[in-house]
Amino acid sequence: MIDLHRSGKEAVVIENLHKQFDDLKVLKGVSLHANEGDVLSIIGASGSGKSTLLRCINLLEMPTSGDLRVGGEQIEFTEKRGVRVPKHMRQVEKMRSRLGMVFQNFNLWAHMTVLQNVMEVPVHVLKVPKAEARERAEAVLERVGLSDKRDQYPAYLSGGQQQRAAIARALAIEPRVMLFDEPTSALDPELVGEVLKVIQDLANEGRTMILVTHEMKFARDVSNQVLFLHKGLVEEEGTPQQVFYETKSERCKAFVSSIH
Amino acid sequence: MRWDWIPTYWPDFVDGLIITLQLLSMSIIIGMFFAIPIGLVQVTGPRWLGRIAQGFCTVVRGTPLLIQLWLLYYGLGSLFPSMPWIRESWMWPYLRDAFPYALLAFSISVAGYEGEVMRGAFKSVPKGELEAARSFGMSRFTILRRIWLPRAFQNVLPTLAGEFVLTLKATPLAATITVFDVYGVGTMVRQETYRIYEPLLFIAGIYIVLTGIIVLFFRWLENRVPRAV
Repeated sequence: MIDLHRSGKEAVVIENLHKQFDDLKVLKGVSLHANEGDVLSIIGASGSGKSTLLRCINLLEMPTSGDLRVGGEQIEFTEKRGVRVPKHMRQVEKMRSRLGMVFQNFNLWAHMTVLQNVMEVPVHVLKVPKAEARERAEAVLERVGLSDKRDQYPAYLSGGQQQRAAIARALAIEPRVMLFDEPTSALDPELVGEVLKVIQDLANEGRTMILVTHEMKFARDVSNQVLFLHKGLVEEEGTPQQVFYETKSERCKAFVSSIH
Repeated sequence: MRWDWIPTYWPDFVDGLIITLQLLSMSIIIGMFFAIPIGLVQVTGPRWLGRIAQGFCTVVRGTPLLIQLWLLYYGLGSLFPSMPWIRESWMWPYLRDAFPYALLAFSISVAGYEGEVMRGAFKSVPKGELEAARSFGMSRFTILRRIWLPRAFQNVLPTLAGEFVLTLKATPLAATITVFDVYGVGTMVRQETYRIYEPLLFIAGIYIVLTGIIVLFFRWLENRVPRAV
């Protein structure tokens, strides 16, 4: 068996995760293993549960059952009036503050400038001194090519610029893992490229990333591990080569055929 | 028209203006202090608390301020003297005065009306922005302080400006329970000078100026915060 991972240190591990909304079973026992330096893409049709899976990693969705380890630390759960909740909210908040999430709809804070958006979490969650946070924020804005927009409010930026600002916001926390939830799905086609380029650069420098995407070619080129989800189960997984070209499952074959 | 009474009553008008401004600003501060949680619990729950807050808003908004004012002043105000422990307490000198009752009534009114405004304001903040805050490990309180509340205020600043102008123009009701605000002074002047219209025009002018100040202040405030799109 080929070792999929780029290092030996685990970053995010999910074991046998189930997620149910009322009567709807969205995830039916999914496992995922990303080590440091890995770039893992989750692909699949709409409704396959891929976004839900990503959102379970930082507990924006609470898994109905299953294990979650982030950076080797087991997240503990307990029951409260029959509902599963985190045992220590502090533990979850601490874990979240090291996961940089990038959303489909950017979700920048509209009452803050780009620079303030990027400084917000370092200053008010990680308690980094303001001057230092500012320096770091300016550096990451430079990286995503938005230095000249730092004093603008998000409403005055294009979609591509907003998403790059959102990536800068996630980078500023010096994340252990970056989570991308369909980062280009809300963008006009001509703006997709600039965002993918930034993500590609991050992957090249060895950042750990888990991304949900519809961009098949991009997933193939950027990741070292691909997960194909179908109806809440992992239908196919492996290297991009295995998933895209040596596909075993018929469904996956049909799904990825678009890039051939 | 005769305006020669103005110099005579000028000091009284200044006193009345101070009372009006005190009543307005203090009731806005106290009222908003309660309006924020009243609006918030209707959005976040717990449900039973939201129901109580909703009921409070309905009652306050559904009854005339004049009646609330009179109920407090003539109801509560006439109960207190019959309670020895209140008559002997440090509060008594204040409770003998009409102003605290006016302040209480206006604060309740602001809490009720603006509680409803704040409910809408909290609801209007996009869920995604709150979710982003959560995803970065912000605690519930930090989210409220740094994201939710400022965003909510940003959305309703123009509404609040209008609401506070309405509150200003309701303050003359306090004169009906012997609070000597600008309107109260005007009434006194009318009785003492037998001039009917001039004092009325004069205090109308004062209210227009005050309204202008509130409007300009909020316009300045609105320009300082970015427009949300």
